[in-house]
Amino acid sequence: MTDLLLEWTIKIAVILGALLTAVAYAVLLERRIMAFIQLRRGPNRVGPFGLLQPAADGLKLIFKEDIIPSQASKLLYVIAPTFLLIPSLMIFIVIPFGSEIVLFGRKIALQVTHFDVGLLYVLALGSVSVYGIALAGWSSNNKYSLMGGLRASAQMISYELALGLSVIGILIQSGSLDLVEIVRSQGGWNGLQWNVFVSQPLGFLIFFIAALAEANRTPFDLPEADSELVAGYHTEYSSMKFVMFQMGEYCNLIAAAAISTTLFWGGWMGPGVEAYPALSLVYFTAKVFVFVFVFIWIRFTLPRFRYDQLMRFGWRVLLPLAILNIIITATVKLLVS
Amino acid sequence: MQSSTTNYLPILLIFLAATALASVLILLPRLLARSRPTETKLQPYECGVEPVGSARERQSVKFYLVAMIFLLFDIEAVFLIPWAVAFPHVLKDPAYSPLKYVFYGEMMVFMVVLLVGLLYIYRKGIIEWNR
Repeated sequence: MTDLLLEWTIKIAVILGALLTAVAYAVLLERRIMAFIQLRRGPNRVGPFGLLQPAADGLKLIFKEDIIPSQASKLLYVIAPTFLLIPSLMIFIVIPFGSEIVLFGRKIALQVTHFDVGLLYVLALGSVSVYGIALAGWSSNNKYSLMGGLRASAQMISYELALGLSVIGILIQSGSLDLVEIVRSQGGWNGLQWNVFVSQPLGFLIFFIAALAEANRTPFDLPEADSELVAGYHTEYSSMKFVMFQMGEYCNLIAAAAISTTLFWGGWMGPGVEAYPALSLVYFTAKVFVFVFVFIWIRFTLPRFRYDQLMRFGWRVLLPLAILNIIITATVKLLVS
Repeated sequence: MQSSTTNYLPILLIFLAATALASVLILLPRLLARSRPTETKLQPYECGVEPVGSARERQSVKFYLVAMIFLLFDIEAVFLIPWAVAFPHVLKDPAYSPLKYVFYGEMMVFMVVLLVGLLYIYRKGIIEWNR
């Protein structure tokens, strides 16, 4: 038991460390890619290629004045960012980063833990962040924040439906909610058994769009539409509380990439993982990186939706398509059996 | 690969770790940053002019309606998940072979009923924000 406890503690420490680094560099990556797309250079002064920019930004923000508006609901205002940050970090303990590797003479599975309701746990934590955004918007007592918070809540719960229904096709394929089992059900070195190719191309498309909306990314960034709402629900936040929102958002982005990879693109599967299990970690990281890049690419390519278009698209297109996807998957599965 | 109850323990561990991280992030500026509040600085931001009225105004009822229909359809998803997980196992098990059409058909009827509900929502214009 102590052995197991120690293993979990080490794994959690490693994951949190890696995740926070990844978040810091995702911000830098986004700024650099934005600059290149807009024919600029972007932040390249601090360290080689601007690689120390996240550290400099972090230091600056720690020493910034922490403002709590006099008319805000103080307690809610302070705890609102934690509702976004904590769940987005907690998601990562069930994600399988790779298969099993042998380290110091013992087998180590490359995920912190796995249990029978893994995917349900991910979906449940994913919906907690709505509370953080709604509370932040309401407690700031600022009109822009309130509008941003309300829009964000309505948008996130609308697209959460499509998100939840789009994974049901996966469950019909794998017969398990355990993410490790879901990855194993997509076995084979050549990738032809990956869910996105076998039966769920439509499911993946719905999941991808809904995940963009859940992470409040363009073209669904209505909650923080800078040109109309200043900064949306975090208008009043400064210093480390602003950082917490930022971190939570990028954690959600990486989580969305990791879950898409796990559910639809074969997780850590790839050529040669049976012979060299450490390769699985490389494949997983590479796939997640591609997804993060695509998310960033979309941000600087597509314009923002109008709010009525957003709601109509979610309820009139994505939701019926998700239900259709379940019906098709179940019918095909029944006929094949 | 059956998972045991102890496998749920890391949830508590990472919750404690994440909470500790969040607390440190909240407390750090209190210790390190200078705080010089003035009355104008603590006002809600409204593009530099004096704030007009309170932000706690009445909002469109549509936000409330969206939350309500979300609950209905989320319960649908809750019913679908255990069914979907059991579905391939029912298909594989020969003991269920005559019953598998019932197992399939019942959920299809359920989903058709929900699609009718969705049509009703469209007709009522709950999601038409420009009306």
